[in-house]
Amino acid sequence: MKIHTLSVLVENKSGVLSRVAGMFSRRGFNIESLAVGTCEMPEMSRITITVNGDDVQLEQVKKQLNKLIDVIKVSDITYREHVRRELALIKVAANPGSSRAEVMQIADIFRAQIIDVGSKTLVLQVVGDPEKIDALEKLLRQYGVKELVRTGTVAVLRGIKTTAGE
Amino acid sequence: MKTGAKILVEGLLKQGVTTIFGYPGGVVLPIYDELYDSPLQHILVRHEQAAAHAADGYARASGKTGVCLATSGPGACNLVTGIATAYMDSVPMVALTGQVPTAMLGNDAFQESDITGITMPITKHSYLVKKAEDIDSTLGEAFHIAGTGRQGPVLIDLPKDVVTNVAPDPGPQAAISLRGYHPTFKGNLRQIEKAIALISEAERPVIYAGGGVIASDASAELIRLAEQTLIPVTTTLMGIGAIPGDHPLNLGMLGMHGTRYANYAVTECDLLLAIGARFDDRVTGRIQSFAPNARIIHIDIDPAEIGKNKQIDVPIVGDSKMVLSCILDRISSQKARTAWNEKIGNWKAQHPLSIPDDGLLRPQLVIKTLSDLLNGEGVIVSEVGQNQMWTAQQFCFKHPRTWITSGGLGTMGYGLPAAMGAHFARPDLPVFDIAGDGSIQMNIQEFGTVAQYDIPVKVVILNNMYLGMVRQWQELFYDRRYSYTELPSVDFVGIAKAYGIDGMRVDSADGVREALTSAIDTDGPFVLDFRIHREENVFPMVPAGAAINEMIGGQNK
Repeated sequence: MKIHTLSVLVENKSGVLSRVAGMFSRRGFNIESLAVGTCEMPEMSRITITVNGDDVQLEQVKKQLNKLIDVIKVSDITYREHVRRELALIKVAANPGSSRAEVMQIADIFRAQIIDVGSKTLVLQVVGDPEKIDALEKLLRQYGVKELVRTGTVAVLRGIKTTAGE
Repeated sequence: MKTGAKILVEGLLKQGVTTIFGYPGGVVLPIYDELYDSPLQHILVRHEQAAAHAADGYARASGKTGVCLATSGPGACNLVTGIATAYMDSVPMVALTGQVPTAMLGNDAFQESDITGITMPITKHSYLVKKAEDIDSTLGEAFHIAGTGRQGPVLIDLPKDVVTNVAPDPGPQAAISLRGYHPTFKGNLRQIEKAIALISEAERPVIYAGGGVIASDASAELIRLAEQTLIPVTTTLMGIGAIPGDHPLNLGMLGMHGTRYANYAVTECDLLLAIGARFDDRVTGRIQSFAPNARIIHIDIDPAEIGKNKQIDVPIVGDSKMVLSCILDRISSQKARTAWNEKIGNWKAQHPLSIPDDGLLRPQLVIKTLSDLLNGEGVIVSEVGQNQMWTAQQFCFKHPRTWITSGGLGTMGYGLPAAMGAHFARPDLPVFDIAGDGSIQMNIQEFGTVAQYDIPVKVVILNNMYLGMVRQWQELFYDRRYSYTELPSVDFVGIAKAYGIDGMRVDSADGVREALTSAIDTDGPFVLDFRIHREENVFPMVPAGAAINEMIGGQNK
C-alpha cells in the first residue's frame, strides 16, 4: 500500500466532482485527500487526488476514472518528479505568557505564519507537504489545537512538463 | 424557432429512432403533446420499469439504441431498475426523464427527484439539460456515448421549462467531439502478434466468449477463428448465440450452471482466449482456481475490465470484431490438437445435459421441445432464475441477438417487457418469454400493454409455485428450510383472459408439444401455464465460492 498522487484534468461542469468522488466511494477506493480548482484552461478543472492502494488497485482507479466522460486526462505522478503542497490553518490555544512564545517559536521553525492573534488563541497558516503539516500538528497538540482545516494536497510536475501537455 | 419538445422529438427522429417506450405525466406533457402528431411510435407501458426493460430488449434484439421516456419523480425513479439492468449488461439505451422547471430545482417540488444523482452509478453518462438550445446537441452526444465503445445507458433529464421554451431550429446533427471520450477500437498490433504466438503454441486452448462478441457483431469472426484453429468455444450467459448451439466446437455455457465439459475444459486449458467477457464471479467461481494453468489473452473494448478480476498475460483493448478480423488476417494454419479435442469429446459424451424420461412434466422438456419446434429460430427472452438457466442450457440458439436475458443484474420481471421490446425490433421473428411464476408476477401488468398493441409475445410460464432458484439454494444450503419462497397457485390463464389474451394450462408431459404448437400457431399473444415438477433443480451447479470444476449434480445421467 502506498499513497499515490493523481492529477486529473476534468471538464469544468457542474456535477463532475460528484461523478469522480462517487466513483471512488462506490468502488470502495479510499480517497486520502482531494483538492479541486480551475486551471490554466478556463473550460477545465484540475483535481489532485491522493489515494491509498496497491498497484493493482491504482490501475483500476485510473482506468475507472478514465471511463468517466468528463474526465479528460488522468496522470499518476507518484513516481515522477513533482512538488506537493498542502495548506493548513491551525487554531492553537496560546495564553499570554510562556506557551504563546513557545507556539510562536515553533511556528517560526516550521515557517508557519501567524495570521490571527486572539486573547487566548493564535491562528497559524502553514504550507508544505502533508508530512510537514502532520509534524507541526503533532507538536501543537500539547498546547491544545482548537480547530484545524487542511486543503488537501495539490501537486505539479517539476520542470517544463505538464500533466495536460504530455 | 421551435419548442424544446419539438426539437426533442425531431431530434429522436434524426437519430433514427422509430419506437420509444414510455409513460406520460405532468412535466412531460409538452413532449407527449408533440408525440401526438409525430411519426414516432410510442408504446404506452403499464409501469415505467417496463419502459426501460422494453427499450433494453429492443436494443439487444436490434443492435440499435433503445429509448424510454418517463415523467419526473416517481416516473423517473421507476426507470432505475431498468437502467441498472442495461448498465450491467452494456446495453445501449437513452432514458429521457421529465424534471420540474429549472426555477424549482432543488426545492423538493411536487414530483421532483434528483434523477441524475440517483442514476449516476448506473449510467455511462447523464445530462441535466438547462436550455432548449442544448437539447439537440445533448441528444447527439447521448446517442453517441450510448452506442459506441462499451455501450450503456445514458440519461437525459429535461426540466419542464426547457421543453416549453423555444430555441432556433438546430438543423442537421453536428459532428460529435468529446474531449474526454475516445474509445479504442483497433487492437494493438504487437499485442495481437503476441496473442497469435500464444495460440500457435497452445496444446489445450479454449475460447471464452462473452456478451461483447454479440455487442460488436463479431459472431462470424468468432466462428471463423474457432473453425480455423479448431479451438473449442465456451460462452457466458451473455455470449449465448455467438456460436450456434449445435456447432461441434461449442461447449455451451460455462460457470455456475455451465456444462460439465465447459468447466472441465476451462480448468484444464493451457490457454484461455477471453473475448468480450469480464470474468464475472458467476462464471469464474473461486477466482484463484479459474483456468489455473492457463495463459490468458483478454480482448475487451473496456480497458478497465482487463486485469480487474484476473491477471492477464496478453491484454488487447479493442472492439472484438476488429481485433478478431485482425487476428484472422494474420494467423496461419494451426496444428491439430487431437489429444485435447478427444478429451473434450469424451467429457461431452460422459456428461451430456440430459432430461430424465420419467413422464414428469420437466421444465427442461418444455424448453427442449420449444427449441425443436422452432428449430432454434426466434427470439427467446427469459425472466430470471431457474427458468433462465434451463433456457440457457436447453435451447439451441442459432443466431446472435436471439437470446435476451438479464445477466449482470439478474432482474426478475425483465422478461415480459423486454420481449415486448424485442418484438418491435424483430417483428419478423416469433418472440417467446420464458418465465417463472415468481418472475412473471413482477411485471404481469404488462399483459395490458401486450393486449393493447396485440404484441404477439408467447409467455411460457414454468410454474412450480416456488421462487424456484431461491428454493433450490434453500434445499441445498439451508437444510430445506423454505423460508418465504412458496407461492400460492395462480390462475395465469385467467389473468391473461382478463386482459383479453388467450392462454392454456398444461399439467402433463404429454401436453407439452401440442400446447407449444398452438402457441406458435396463434397470431397474437398467448400465455402457457406449465405446472412443472415442483422440486426440479438446475444442474450442474457450482456452489458459491467453489472452483468451477467442483460441480454438483448433472453427471452421468
